[in-house]
Amino acid sequence: MMNRRTLFAAVSAAALLASTGFVAAQDKPYIALISKGFQHQFWQAVKAGADKAAAEFDVTVTFEGPDTEAQVDKQMDMLAAALAKNPAAIGFAALDSQAAIPMLRKAQEAGIPIVAFDSGVDSDIPVATATTDNAAAAGLAADKMAELIGDAGKVALVVHDQTSRTGIDRRDGFVNRIKESHPNIEIVDIQYGAGDQLQSTEITKAILTAHPDLKGIFGANEGSAIGVLNAIKETGRSEVIVIGYDSGAAQKAAIMDGSMAGAITQNPVGIGYETVKAALMASKGESVPKLIDTGFFWYDKTNMDAPEIAAVLYD
Amino acid sequence: MTTAPALSAKAKPKANGAQQKLWAFASLIVLLLFFSVASPNFMQTSNILAILQATSVNGVLAIAATLVIITGGIDLSVGTLMTFTAVIAGVVLTYAGLPFAVGVVAAVAAGAGCGLISGTLVAKMKVPPFIATLGMMLILKGLSLVISGTKPIYFNDTPGFDQISTGSFVGAIIPAVPLPNGVLILFLLALAIGYVLNRTVLGRYCFALGSNEEAVRLSGVNADGWKMAIYALAGGICGIAGLIIASRLNSAQPALGLGYELDAIAAVVIGGTSLAGGRGSVLGTIIGALIMSVLLNGLRIMSVAQEWQTVVTGSIIIIAVYADMMRRRRLS
Repeated sequence: MMNRRTLFAAVSAAALLASTGFVAAQDKPYIALISKGFQHQFWQAVKAGADKAAAEFDVTVTFEGPDTEAQVDKQMDMLAAALAKNPAAIGFAALDSQAAIPMLRKAQEAGIPIVAFDSGVDSDIPVATATTDNAAAAGLAADKMAELIGDAGKVALVVHDQTSRTGIDRRDGFVNRIKESHPNIEIVDIQYGAGDQLQSTEITKAILTAHPDLKGIFGANEGSAIGVLNAIKETGRSEVIVIGYDSGAAQKAAIMDGSMAGAITQNPVGIGYETVKAALMASKGESVPKLIDTGFFWYDKTNMDAPEIAAVLYD
Repeated sequence: MTTAPALSAKAKPKANGAQQKLWAFASLIVLLLFFSVASPNFMQTSNILAILQATSVNGVLAIAATLVIITGGIDLSVGTLMTFTAVIAGVVLTYAGLPFAVGVVAAVAAGAGCGLISGTLVAKMKVPPFIATLGMMLILKGLSLVISGTKPIYFNDTPGFDQISTGSFVGAIIPAVPLPNGVLILFLLALAIGYVLNRTVLGRYCFALGSNEEAVRLSGVNADGWKMAIYALAGGICGIAGLIIASRLNSAQPALGLGYELDAIAAVVIGGTSLAGGRGSVLGTIIGALIMSVLLNGLRIMSVAQEWQTVVTGSIIIIAVYADMMRRRRLS
């Protein structure tokens, strides 16, 4: 009886596995990508880029990431499992660089090259980092803002936080460009809303109340930008120019209906693609550039449907 | 009269406990065999150690959950309590710069204290365990963020802190077996709590409360007091989990912990502990936690897509519990 039960469980497990479409492919080079997330549209776009490179260069790629960006230990378990598969190279976007270093050392000792992607890894172990130049991207947002408000007047920033690399780079990139190239524009306020839509909404409403003559607002990530849009809608201040960051269905719709002037999009597909490409090159012992700028684009109503833009936007 | 509920409760887990554990153990072996055949990368020392390392935190949390579940309760706060104790250790060691031992004691004491609060809510104030610990789960998540200022606290100023989880005491004696200390702690804790459950008064009342709380009360035993003690013990165990995870990450990550209670509860039920209370074992729970880690690791090694890993894990939980129920029904 015991055996029958066990057999039942085993057969069920095997049937489940068979249904997952698992294919054993050990002959191609194998590259494991461990990301900061998995189910968000941004990460799915990174995965799509990685899959594209996998098909092009004939390598096997797996893509995994924890459920939330807090689960540092789950990311370590994923890295451990990837190491056990003895991959040709590993692509890694660290949730916490410090916590990951012992595991990355292990990879280094085993001769497995690491390519960092997205926010990268704060260490010299990675042979390359594929990421967006966030400061330059925010600089482009500043130029577009100047263009849209006639190169003069008051603007404000709603940023996700003042501690993360992306938060700092986007804020400073925007502020510095305004200071350097647009002396008649005044930045009256920079507030932080944790990327939370509701919090960013309240912050923006306060800014709008404090500055009745405000000309424009830059929302530095998806959540911040949507918060800004909500506040504009609630207060009816539709004369204020809004510039966003990244995409997502809400921002795309806002650009289509004109409530958002335009936004900066990173190139998540490019991040995935370049990570796999660099990882493969590194595994063959070829030299790779230390920093791979995966690029960014300005998009608005006029170019949203252009193939090269549509390809990097996500819902 | 006094000993009646205690005796029957003691006899119960022993009667069918052995078979139940054997069943879970057999499933674990089947999984190990399956993955070994499926991938040559699975059965290597480094991967087995990685699986054990991945089990250490969930295993310890599952032991805590087992105690509460045997009393017929449930503890949803184990994950965020773990995080809270890790943050307390961070405050004591990194912010206050106090000695190593103080940090360890503070984490376990904070865990026991929070467990005692949950226990009081449940036993004295009669708040249903699901609600009391759901509230505690959220309170502790919030407090972890408040105390840490929503930033990780690193243990760089506490030399040797990372050894709690990643060092290897066993490896220092037998170099061929570099068992991480976190795993050693899990096994030692399992032995200790197994002893408490089967050989002490606390354990006997734990089962008795789960199978017939009214009888325990009527026999003149201080049921509330024992229940509070069990919740406090479970909380203290979460403190140990907090130390293990903080050591492994060399940091207290304040946003982590939500969702870990469900992994712990899953390990408990796969291990054959009844959610109705009165029946369960630590050994079963450890095997349940191992089944979950082996499954997840094996699926990763086989490069099964992540979305399917979740589907398979969920299905295995249902299959495991269903098979256990069917077997039980035939026995009775």
